Amino acid sequence: MTGGSFGEFVARAAAAGELVVQPRMGVAGPARMRAGLAAVRGAGVRAAGTITVDSFTRVGDHRAVRKALDTGAELNGYPIAAHPPETTRAVLDGLREPDFPVQVRHGSACPQKIVAALLAAGLDATEGGPLSYCLPYSRVPVAESVRAWAESCLLLSDARERGARPHLESFGGCMMGQLCPPSLLVAISVLEGLFFRQHGVDSMSLSYAQQTDADQDAEAVAALRTLAAEHLSDVDWHVVLYTYMGVFPRTPHGATALLERSAELAVRTGAERLIVKTTAEAHRIPTVAENVAALVTAAAAAARARPGGEVEDTGVLAEARALVEAVLDLAPDVGIALVRAVERGYLDVPYCLHQDNAGRTRAFVDGDGRLQWSRTGALPLPAGRAVPAADHTADELLRSLTHVERTFDRG
Amino acid sequence: MELDAARTDSARLDIVVSGLASDAHTWNLVYLQLVLEEMGHRVTNLGACVPDGMLTSRCGQAAPDLVVISSVNGHGFQDARRVIGPLRARLASTPVVIGGKLGVDGAGGREEVLLAAGFDAVFEDGDAIPAFRRYVDRLAAGVRS
Repeated sequence: MTGGSFGEFVARAAAAGELVVQPRMGVAGPARMRAGLAAVRGAGVRAAGTITVDSFTRVGDHRAVRKALDTGAELNGYPIAAHPPETTRAVLDGLREPDFPVQVRHGSACPQKIVAALLAAGLDATEGGPLSYCLPYSRVPVAESVRAWAESCLLLSDARERGARPHLESFGGCMMGQLCPPSLLVAISVLEGLFFRQHGVDSMSLSYAQQTDADQDAEAVAALRTLAAEHLSDVDWHVVLYTYMGVFPRTPHGATALLERSAELAVRTGAERLIVKTTAEAHRIPTVAENVAALVTAAAAAARARPGGEVEDTGVLAEARALVEAVLDLAPDVGIALVRAVERGYLDVPYCLHQDNAGRTRAFVDGDGRLQWSRTGALPLPAGRAVPAADHTADELLRSLTHVERTFDRG
Repeated sequence: MELDAARTDSARLDIVVSGLASDAHTWNLVYLQLVLEEMGHRVTNLGACVPDGMLTSRCGQAAPDLVVISSVNGHGFQDARRVIGPLRARLASTPVVIGGKLGVDGAGGREEVLLAAGFDAVFEDGDAIPAFRRYVDRLAAGVRS
């Protein structure tokens, strides 16, 4: 079983002018997991495969995984640390090839066991990050997550000794799914990339999730590319775009249109890979067939789209650069800098309830449909970047949260 | 907030808002906190992925006037039936309510089961938020009287 390299696969596709599309997909049973991967590989598009891990494994409750496997209870993903490595190898056998790499997705703030398990099964691509999988989802202190991710990076980079080129994606561009202004998403992605590099990872991707306005998003991805080129010129990197991660349109036409806009945004901005969402998003976990349909829809929209075009400058790059530089100035060690940055509110994610998050920032969708800061707390931003919001009421929050859903379901 | 500054201290409820162990969603919790604060109440938001033991001990320590549990990942029905027993052991007479998207399907019958298990109210319909606001208002009025 040969793997090739996740980063090289994406680079080859980009050189051929093809966007790599990728689903989220995870089921407990090895046979069904294999069938899902086979369906993605056979979708007729330039796709990467995904194994999404279940949420018990994500939070480290390995006893609950064992119990579910013994009693036949449902798991919402593939329990990679519970299945023996041979089982996962059999799932991948003949499917995972240089033209079909597989990434393990998990959501864990302390992923050492997951990383060890994926390496034992011959895999070497995964994602997350010390802030992006800590602040939104976990109750783990940031300092502990930083230690756990440093260990995980070392586990991954050690796999180079066996000839692999491990690949790690920062989930930093997806904080909270929605209502996190673009500059903070860009900054966290770049900072996590710098953290990965410090701990020996030399092939990585930086993420950005589609927000509320295509032009603002194009500016943000351009800013991400600029800062990555400046800070990460000595490693292999690409940009992975996520189809909208917030409250999703409920109608098939709205969901499809939003997916197509994300594929167009990927091509326009030169993002090399796209994580798709399906028409089932607002309703339930998608089936394999719905995932395959989304991959085909996204690839077709990408093939019709044109790269380049005007990118305006409303200050996203200046904001993101100010955040990155202020954080890096806090300590020569990126991990320590991240811990201090969260403590001081230099990185303060709006509406994030994590105990370490300062919680002094707010954001909203303005009258033109753009995502704006309404309170910047202690963020080290150029002055005047906050726009006074109408008010910070529950109704106003709900309006911002559902802006995209309403726009696309109406359209 | 300013609108409710007139609310007297005696009518101001101390409310714990919490997610359940298996649910990582937080926007529902952020929204509920704002709703309750606008009504003039004090909110302790425990956030998402709250383990059963933590929910029970934090509620026991806080001795709130109301516990509001929200779940939207479809596992709430299971998680809620498991945690209400230990919660009731610590807070025998405190109102404990639950809302959100509690099951993986639209099937009914959950409300009766959850009420029987020890919840004081269940808010799962399309007009859940107005009904929830009315419930909290009645509770606040009762506390004041």
